[in-house]
Amino acid sequence: MAAPNMSVGKPTADRLPCNTTSFQKKSRSKLVSIPGTRPSIQNGQLIVSTGVTSLDYVIGGGLAVGTLLLIEEDRYDSYSRMLLKYFLAEGVVCGHELYVASALDHPNDILQELPAPILDDIASPKTVEDQAKSCDPESQDAMKIAWRYQHLPKVQTALASSSRFGHYYDVSKTMDPEICQAARCHGFYLPEHSTAVTSPTATGQSPMPETYSSLLNNLQEVVHREGFDGSVPQTKSRNILRIGLHSLGSALWGDDLCCRENPSHGHALTTFLYGLRAMLRSSLSVAVVTVPSHLIQNRALMGNVTRLCDTAIALESFRGSERETNPLYKDYHGLLDVRQLPYLNCLVCDLPDNKDLAFKLKRKQFTIERLHLPPDLSETVSRVSRGELTGTAMVGSSGCGSGSTGNRHLDF
Amino acid sequence: MFAELNSILNTSPDSFKPGEFILVSDKHTDASFLIHHFLSFYLRAGCKVCFLGLVQSFSHYSAISQRLGVSLTQAREKGQLVFLEGLKESLGVLLQGETSKGTRTMDFLRDPSSGLRGLYDFVRDNVRGAVGGGEEWGTPVLLVDDLSVVLSLGVSVGAALDFSHYCRATVCSELQGSMVMLVRCEAEDEEEESDDEGSERLLRGLIHQCSLTLQVQGLPTGYCRDIHGQVEVCWRGQCDRQQTQKKLFQYKVHDKGASFFARGMSSAVL
Repeated sequence: MAAPNMSVGKPTADRLPCNTTSFQKKSRSKLVSIPGTRPSIQNGQLIVSTGVTSLDYVIGGGLAVGTLLLIEEDRYDSYSRMLLKYFLAEGVVCGHELYVASALDHPNDILQELPAPILDDIASPKTVEDQAKSCDPESQDAMKIAWRYQHLPKVQTALASSSRFGHYYDVSKTMDPEICQAARCHGFYLPEHSTAVTSPTATGQSPMPETYSSLLNNLQEVVHREGFDGSVPQTKSRNILRIGLHSLGSALWGDDLCCRENPSHGHALTTFLYGLRAMLRSSLSVAVVTVPSHLIQNRALMGNVTRLCDTAIALESFRGSERETNPLYKDYHGLLDVRQLPYLNCLVCDLPDNKDLAFKLKRKQFTIERLHLPPDLSETVSRVSRGELTGTAMVGSSGCGSGSTGNRHLDF
Repeated sequence: MFAELNSILNTSPDSFKPGEFILVSDKHTDASFLIHHFLSFYLRAGCKVCFLGLVQSFSHYSAISQRLGVSLTQAREKGQLVFLEGLKESLGVLLQGETSKGTRTMDFLRDPSSGLRGLYDFVRDNVRGAVGGGEEWGTPVLLVDDLSVVLSLGVSVGAALDFSHYCRATVCSELQGSMVMLVRCEAEDEEEESDDEGSERLLRGLIHQCSLTLQVQGLPTGYCRDIHGQVEVCWRGQCDRQQTQKKLFQYKVHDKGASFFARGMSSAVL
């Protein structure tokens, strides 16, 4: 199997590691090892951690270098912003360079709010071990009634892979300014970059408004100057550029995608994403983009945006909705939907076996779990909560002790 | 090249019908595995292939074709494959300050209302092959992956249909070659689509032009890990030569290929 791959696996000076196959001879000194990255198990792609280990697991091990992660924001942009900060914090801890673009907050403000890393290793493996310990005493009592199920594996609700990749962060503290300043950060704050007059081009209307094209130009300039696209010879060690673009498509970027059903610049965001994809594929960088998709009324446009990104997830938080008080969801803060996973250099992608995922932001961890509902053990048949359950296809009551009114069970 | 798909379509690299326009479409899923099949199929058949890769880089196709047993780099060096890397060319066009370097292929990025004329010129120049050179390749083949991305970039549906019509006239009718295009749709089942949903109109227009369609969808019953979706193969009856035939298969994509089976005959179920 090594013979046909040898010609592909030979890295030349301008070849980027994201193109390597998994069959790399260890003796080759040109094997790229960048801190904070590792080759993927499935296809040898170079991947980085998103900062949230359970999100890494959900999207197939991590974020591949050269790809784009789209996060559809939740209603108040609380958890998507949190994910963006995790992503940037992970970059600081791994020593990557950062590029932050925002139209709302100054990038320096975002960088000051990054969560503090938990640098001792003791805190993290405990969560996995605790779960294993809690399962053990149960298995000691052999199941006498449901003996058929004895040989089936125990269902693990928390999603985590066995090998450590990525770090954990304490949300209640912010990162030390010294650690933050050690990382090189580039910022793009839209009010500083907007030109006074937007002059239409001579040939007609350009497909991208000024805001997106200035962002793309600035990004390309940074990538080229710092040598992420291979333009700088290998004098210095290679590094990854982590790009975080906050709330693209919102009205602050000059785009009316979220304001009208038939936007005048309907292709602005998609053209920008196409250019961004071209830039990512030819450089050692990885991007996370958040889009307020709940404001976009035209679902077809959102479909186009999703298809131009590689990985796409959508967050839906329960805050402010009726589900916040629903006892079903009391353990979680919101739902997470994996909309798209990329096929990179191979025909298959790592499909998850379960698509009902819910997340919870704890102090030391952002957990993503399989949404499972407890069994309905109530003796009374209460059908009140059926109308409250939207989306989840389940039949049952909200809980035994919920005290819901209006039980219409038939008494004979 | 997927052997099972070859037997379904009744073709092989040694014998296939000339002048075919094959349309691959998908809804809510990814049908690009079929493009890799056709790419390796036509390269094995010895045809001259012109590939418009508008959404992925060359190394992506190269890595997958390696697993299917065909080397794209060798084919490109020998002149059998002409590959347009849309992403690489587009960056220069989209960034300001870059004057056109003579290639007008991706000009639709700069000015979407001008249509796909530049792209068609590229196809026409490269499909005719080397005149006077070693003309040992077979009939020309045009592969497009994928055509619906130009709609996202602002090109109108009419311009995209014009492009496919011109390509079909050149490649299929004039040169008796084959053409394979991938179109990705976003289906809105609930409500009536307004004219904004361009990809549906593009799909309908292309179905009218083509001779064979492969429509890939997810399973109507929901998400399944072992069966990735279903393919509906439709041979369109043309000029009273044959009746319109439709067949439905389910598929699962592996690392080195895809397996196709009749509904309910998946190995995971049996």
